[in-house]
Amino acid sequence: MHFTAPLTIALSKGRIFDQTLPLLAHADIRPAEDPETSRKLILATNHPQVRLVIVRASDVPTYVEYGGADLGVAGKDVLLEHGGEGLYEPLDLRIARCRMMVAGPLGADLGSRRLRIATKYVKTAERHFAAQGKQVEIIKLYGSMELAPLVGLSDRIVDLVESGNTLKANGLVPLEHIADISSRLVVNKASWKMKHASVMALVAALREAVGRSGA
Amino acid sequence: MHEERWLLPAGIEEILPPQAQLVEALRRDLLDLYRRWGYELVVPPLIDYLESLLTGTGHDLDLRTFKLTDQESGRLLGVRADMTPQVARIDAHHLRRSGPTRLCYLGTVLHTRSDGFAGTRSPLQIGAEIYGHSGPESDTEIIRLVILTLELAGIRDIYLDLGHVGIYRGLARQAGLDPRQELLLFDALQRKAVPEIETLIGTWGLAGEPARMLLVLAELNGDDALGRADGELAAAADSVHRALDELRAIAGALRRWLPRVPVHFDLAELRGYHYKTGMVFAAFVPGWGQEIARGGRYDDIGRVFGRARPAVGFSTDLKGLLHLGVGLEERYAQAPAVLAPCGDDPALQQAVDALRAAGRRVVGGLPGVECSARELGCGEVLVLEEGRWALRPA
Repeated sequence: MHFTAPLTIALSKGRIFDQTLPLLAHADIRPAEDPETSRKLILATNHPQVRLVIVRASDVPTYVEYGGADLGVAGKDVLLEHGGEGLYEPLDLRIARCRMMVAGPLGADLGSRRLRIATKYVKTAERHFAAQGKQVEIIKLYGSMELAPLVGLSDRIVDLVESGNTLKANGLVPLEHIADISSRLVVNKASWKMKHASVMALVAALREAVGRSGA
Repeated sequence: MHEERWLLPAGIEEILPPQAQLVEALRRDLLDLYRRWGYELVVPPLIDYLESLLTGTGHDLDLRTFKLTDQESGRLLGVRADMTPQVARIDAHHLRRSGPTRLCYLGTVLHTRSDGFAGTRSPLQIGAEIYGHSGPESDTEIIRLVILTLELAGIRDIYLDLGHVGIYRGLARQAGLDPRQELLLFDALQRKAVPEIETLIGTWGLAGEPARMLLVLAELNGDDALGRADGELAAAADSVHRALDELRAIAGALRRWLPRVPVHFDLAELRGYHYKTGMVFAAFVPGWGQEIARGGRYDDIGRVFGRARPAVGFSTDLKGLLHLGVGLEERYAQAPAVLAPCGDDPALQQAVDALRAAGRRVVGGLPGVECSARELGCGEVLVLEEGRWALRPA
């Protein structure tokens, strides 16, 4: 594959990076280094025109929206929180799949009082409960949400659930399904227009790779 | 107590020398350009009754408008976040001309939140509008003026992105979408979120050609999009074909007038969908992730002010342009300033007057100031030599 325009692709370390690599390999893009062993934040690839930048998962939409990267891979959870209206998200990569759930202690009777919800996903939680006509108090946390109901900080949590083992180990059960989450390819609007041929070629190759791995 | 009294609010900036001089020089040149094209300058007020500022515009503008209460009338006032509705009112209510009216404007607008472009909340909005003509000719004139504006600001390698809201509007009607569905699908289309579009169309049980055409819309972009639209949207309603014909006419005219400017078509690009009625466009430059100028056709914007007229226009942020333009310092470079000593000599005053009349900058010396001419920004000094005041290097 040949890219006429220089492309910068934003990825986050860990699961998204590991699961995106086989898809990129289908588009004949291979990083020259492993981000787990390299401290570099910009990784060269086998194409002189294509480079990868390593950023935090929640920063991917910001980098792509403002043109710091032409494309990126972001979880739908991050996009729901970010808003995503400044970006294109043409492709569901069907990787890093999980569910956004409301969870809480089993059988807790909370009566009709206002619920306190601990979450990293403030906007998503607000929207979910507002759609049910419920006024809730949101408590913003950055991690270990499962702890909040155990120590009386909140009544419920809104978090990503993969196997449900963390919930179970802490005596919590999934209560409501909010959304199915998977990673999306996101594209900067200006890059889509000005580097159209290269971006389209990459989107097409990734779409093919997703179709193949899903089959 | 806040110790940092010098601190400005987020997204509010001061323009300092020498940038402020560049902004002013460019402002004059741009307004002169519009004047030479027959556009009349209007100066709408900074604050206005809220309902007239927000008429016919979307919810976004409401959120972005600073509001305050008028103690005279008890009504709600808004600080303008966009001058376009004000200019529309001027055309519809005050001027009420029968022929086409061309207006241009420039001024600071205020946003409650930054829209991302350069992160500013106080853009210096500059724009131009044509009222009273509907057709590719006025569309093209506005686009040519955008390109001239950007070029005058020293911006090169401009890309033009062209779309038409009539295409989605027609397809949505043909598929029988209700207003809520139209809005949901619009939101997904704006993000080219193909998986979501598929889900929505599936959930609503849409089938056949109308569903297929809505789905393919997200793919109809690129410089060949108009050609592909012929086949893909063959079964579309007449209004969609009219929109495509309009785009073709504009594209043809742009090829003649602006052969160097690459044009990218995006038939799913719907910026300002809620009040736009025809073609929409935006300008991009390499290395900048967001649009730098935008515009389009919004016929009937003046209806609420008593008169519906065709309208097409563009606007951009002068401060943003200055940030991206190159070569402005050289173009607006000035001759060095002259330091004139303090004194009562009538001959000195005559020499100073003559220099200023010739357009030179002359800085008057003040007594008791221990400062060299260079430190005062002067490259030359007036000195008395053999009874005559003469210019000498500082």
